[in-house]
Amino acid sequence: MHLALFLIFAAFALAGATNLLLQKHPINAALSLIVVMSSLAVLYLLLGAEFLAVAQIIVYAGAIMVLFTFVIMLLNEGVEEKTHGSRVAKIVGFPAVAVFLSLVASVILAEQNHLSPVGLNDGIIRIQDLSAVLFRDLLLPFEVTSVLILIAILGAVALARKDGHE
Amino acid sequence: MIPSSWYLILSAVLFSMGVAGFLIKRSLVTVFMSIELMLNAVNLSFVTFAHEWHMVKGQIFVFFVMMVAAAEAAVGLAIIIAIFRTRATLNVDQIDLMKF
Repeated sequence: MHLALFLIFAAFALAGATNLLLQKHPINAALSLIVVMSSLAVLYLLLGAEFLAVAQIIVYAGAIMVLFTFVIMLLNEGVEEKTHGSRVAKIVGFPAVAVFLSLVASVILAEQNHLSPVGLNDGIIRIQDLSAVLFRDLLLPFEVTSVLILIAILGAVALARKDGHE
Repeated sequence: MIPSSWYLILSAVLFSMGVAGFLIKRSLVTVFMSIELMLNAVNLSFVTFAHEWHMVKGQIFVFFVMMVAAAEAAVGLAIIIAIFRTRATLNVDQIDLMKF
């Protein structure tokens, strides 16, 4: 059951990410990113993070991606222009990505035996424990985050506003 | 029962795809979406390690990453709108004023 769910939703996530790379139109890329985020929410659920799965759906797949689609539609952005792109990205970037991926994968596979397997019913972190840590031990960072969000909203409004002189 | 390393490998692959998208994509909005993909991939690692060591704080960290990503998306998209208004393009090849 666990294996099947993991394989299905990992495949969804990878397919969505591949589609994001291949799509030419930004709105298709945004929709495939929503697929990635929703399948990651299911993977969080498999890892026992119930709260984060719901927050992933609400914050990422809901709020952030709606913002993205709004901006794409607002700016009426068409199909991406085809250019040859940056030469530095081709020479340094892609080999660096490949080296990074193989390095991380080799480290993970080498340390595989020290990691415990994931079961469907173990390690579920209850929302009571989560809120106890969030609202008692980490109350100050939590409040600072709310100030950060407020400043971000003000900044977004100030940036996106038309100049008064026009 | 499946090994934790599968989740970590998936996370690494998604992160690399995000970096590749960042390099390949020519539209400012899709470049920004690739960054969101990278953030999501790192979040998956955090959740996996939180599960591995039974640490609640790993999940709290993901929560904070989500909040910062929301703030970043709001400001970033406002900047994109401002750029589009002044330059009338979203192609990253033409927005190269600060390029060295």
